[in-house]
Amino acid sequence: MPDTHQQNGTTTWQVVLAWAFVGIPLTLGVIQTLINAMKLFR
Amino acid sequence: MSAMEQTRASSGGLFGFLDRSRTIAKPGFNRWMVPPAALCVHLCIGQAYAFSVFNLPMTKLLGITQSAPGDWKLTELGWIFSIAIFVLGFSAAIFGRWVEEGGPRRAMFTAALCWAGGFLIAAFGVSIHNLWIVYFGYGLVGGCGLGIGYISPVSTLIKWFPDRPGMATGMAIMGFGGGAFIASPLSVWLMSIYRTAHHVGVAPTFITMGLIYFFFMVVGAFVVRVPAPGWKPEGYTPPVQAQKLITKNDVFVYDSLKTPQFWLIWWILCLNVTAGIGVIGQASAMSQEMFPGRVTPIAAAGFVGLMSLFNMGGRFFWASTSDFIGRKNTYFVFMVLGFLLYCTVPHMGAIGSVAGFVLCFLIIISMYGGGFSTVPAYLKDMFGTRYVGAIHGWLITAWSMAGIFGPVLVNYIRQYNVTHGVPKAQAYNVTMYIMAGLLVIGFICNLLVKAVHHRFHMRPEDDTALATAAEAGAAVAARLTGKPAGA
Repeated sequence: MPDTHQQNGTTTWQVVLAWAFVGIPLTLGVIQTLINAMKLFR
Repeated sequence: MSAMEQTRASSGGLFGFLDRSRTIAKPGFNRWMVPPAALCVHLCIGQAYAFSVFNLPMTKLLGITQSAPGDWKLTELGWIFSIAIFVLGFSAAIFGRWVEEGGPRRAMFTAALCWAGGFLIAAFGVSIHNLWIVYFGYGLVGGCGLGIGYISPVSTLIKWFPDRPGMATGMAIMGFGGGAFIASPLSVWLMSIYRTAHHVGVAPTFITMGLIYFFFMVVGAFVVRVPAPGWKPEGYTPPVQAQKLITKNDVFVYDSLKTPQFWLIWWILCLNVTAGIGVIGQASAMSQEMFPGRVTPIAAAGFVGLMSLFNMGGRFFWASTSDFIGRKNTYFVFMVLGFLLYCTVPHMGAIGSVAGFVLCFLIIISMYGGGFSTVPAYLKDMFGTRYVGAIHGWLITAWSMAGIFGPVLVNYIRQYNVTHGVPKAQAYNVTMYIMAGLLVIGFICNLLVKAVHHRFHMRPEDDTALATAAEAGAAVAARLTGKPAGA
């Protein structure tokens, strides 16, 4: 069955995968930086 | 297909898959695949902002636990980053047209080779303890990777998102600001793994990071696509009514350099960056000296981390905002709000308001990031989409200049004040007023920006001339390589 979210050839999963590929490391880095930044308020 | 495009399309060979013609999206390609492809490159080259984590370990390459005679000094190591940023600006300018005409995949792949190659050469320099090789590797070769990588997705994103060009380029350039968040903990972790009793682990960390970055950037190069000629987003209708400051024409890259608009925007970027970059490097020391005893070194480090988050977030926020309020108005906000905030900082110091001080600088730094990310869309509005990447490349030289002026202004004025008896807590006040003054000049430059005169617009015969030049170039290349043109 074709993906109902498919937009002219690119599947939703491909878009999700592409964003996860860059989003996960970036999010981990941002969380780490936020943890360090919290020291300002202690 | 124009003659020039045919020439490009026919250039195959071993690296034929890198050609622009091979990256044209098939019907139905989802444009939301392109920002992650751009981020693959920008998140990697954004490591440059985190290079300082290597500084201390690199002063102990011989002594291991502490610096030994013959170990490199921090002042010598500081040049690695400076060379890389300087080369970034000039390689973006020199290779801009090549990037624009060759397409994003070839540019991203080249950037990956240079960036990863720079790390590998630097690793070799570290392992034989030769600083000149590190300068050459990370500074020169890696700096070329920075410049080419930085501009490589810009025009592609603008073409995919004609309805939201600011947001699109803001996403990619946000990645450059965010790259340090990944690189900094990754570098520290890798060095802790590779560290032994005999070496500090910098060289193997460089090698590992070079390989990781190469992989990430090549993935981006393979994912990226350019829209087919005439493509436009579903439901998008370009504005029919002509907008005064948004051209529908294109300006050739070298012609753009002859316009006052290019140089006005060059100064706007240079002044905005000078104002921001000057305080980035001094934020930790400044917060501790302005609030002695109240801001500890650990809290200051937290402040620097928070500033880098606002630097990244501002890139996306302000560039996206510019799609709604216009580029010129966005820069007016940077200049006016920045002026008020810089003037407020000494007052915050005088009344001892740490929260006010932090808030002022977080907004300032968000506008510093916003200045970078909004400028590609400003250029697109002025000069059209065709050569916007190449023109952006030339504009990046403003960053290189600001990278020298900003820190020098802050450091030398502070030192001058301290040696003339000004208390440390007030030593930055003059600097803040000078930064505010720079933004007044930036405001005037922005005020003078008008639409580009039509004599600079490209005409159909310019296309023919460019195609002829491209064919002549291909023929010369064919004679040199012994292969027929287009083989």
